[in-house]
Amino acid sequence: MTTRIGVVTFPGSLDDSDARRAIRIAGGEPVALWHRDKDLHQVDAVVLPGGFSYGDYLRCGAIARFSPVMESVVEQAKAGMPVLGICNGFQVLCESHLLPGALTRNDHLHFVCRDQRLRVENDATAWTSDYARGQEITVPLKNGEGGYVADERTLDELEAEGRVVFRYLDVNPNGSRRDIAGITNEAGNVVGLMPHPEHAVEALTGPTTDGLGFFTSAVKKLVTS
Amino acid sequence: MARVVVDVMLKPEILDPQGQAVQRALPRLGFEGISDVRQGKRFELEVEGPVDGDALARIQELAETFLANTVIEDFTVRVQEADGAERPVPAASHAASEGAAA
Repeated sequence: MTTRIGVVTFPGSLDDSDARRAIRIAGGEPVALWHRDKDLHQVDAVVLPGGFSYGDYLRCGAIARFSPVMESVVEQAKAGMPVLGICNGFQVLCESHLLPGALTRNDHLHFVCRDQRLRVENDATAWTSDYARGQEITVPLKNGEGGYVADERTLDELEAEGRVVFRYLDVNPNGSRRDIAGITNEAGNVVGLMPHPEHAVEALTGPTTDGLGFFTSAVKKLVTS
Repeated sequence: MARVVVDVMLKPEILDPQGQAVQRALPRLGFEGISDVRQGKRFELEVEGPVDGDALARIQELAETFLANTVIEDFTVRVQEADGAERPVPAASHAASEGAAA
């Protein structure tokens, strides 16, 4: 049986088709989910893709959070279903309070688009088990509001509990506190990050294939569970 | 009909690079003596019916859950009467109405 991984399309999503392609290359079955449809169509996991959902009006991810599909995603995420939020998807997860903190405008105000080196700090989440702790990977990064912020207590908690999953190497591209590129929830099933692993799954189109591990991790985890 | 105004500002400890960019542009435009600028959002809500305690409690709730992200932002609510007079709504009235509802 193949692992069914849903990818939500919001109005303004950009990277939903790349996310579906990454799932297919990783050996999973991608399932397109629609923002107005509460039905998750029996998927085993969900990816919230990058883009500018609802035009990023009000705040990035703020309106997407209240879409019908998110009611089901939040409910299932709390029950343990693996959920990955990439870029705008990370913003949606923070706005939904599935992950702590918030993403703010890049400290230098410029939109950034580069191949970004990251260190994997936690290889025990649903989306990172195919990596080794300390492994360095390079995937594209592209955002205007990617500065991760949270209060000091939350940041200390994330560090102490090993919930910082990815950290920026070489440069901090957006002013994120403590070079944080991605985090996970307490259970390790919900992961959010600003960089884009789904753009680094094929030598032809990506700088590396370092991003494939996100999707193979989820596919393997769900096959064995 | 009355208007309720919700102002949303980044918390003081959150960096506001947009405000900083505005502040840095001021001397170039000949405006001296402005040491800091913080940029925020203002929402004007036209309310149907009376702006009573219940209506204000609902507006406090929508401001807290939707208009502002209280992880990084603070908000204030005030009522603008038809004659232009303004009446601030203390944040405490929110807690009080919540208590009454519970």
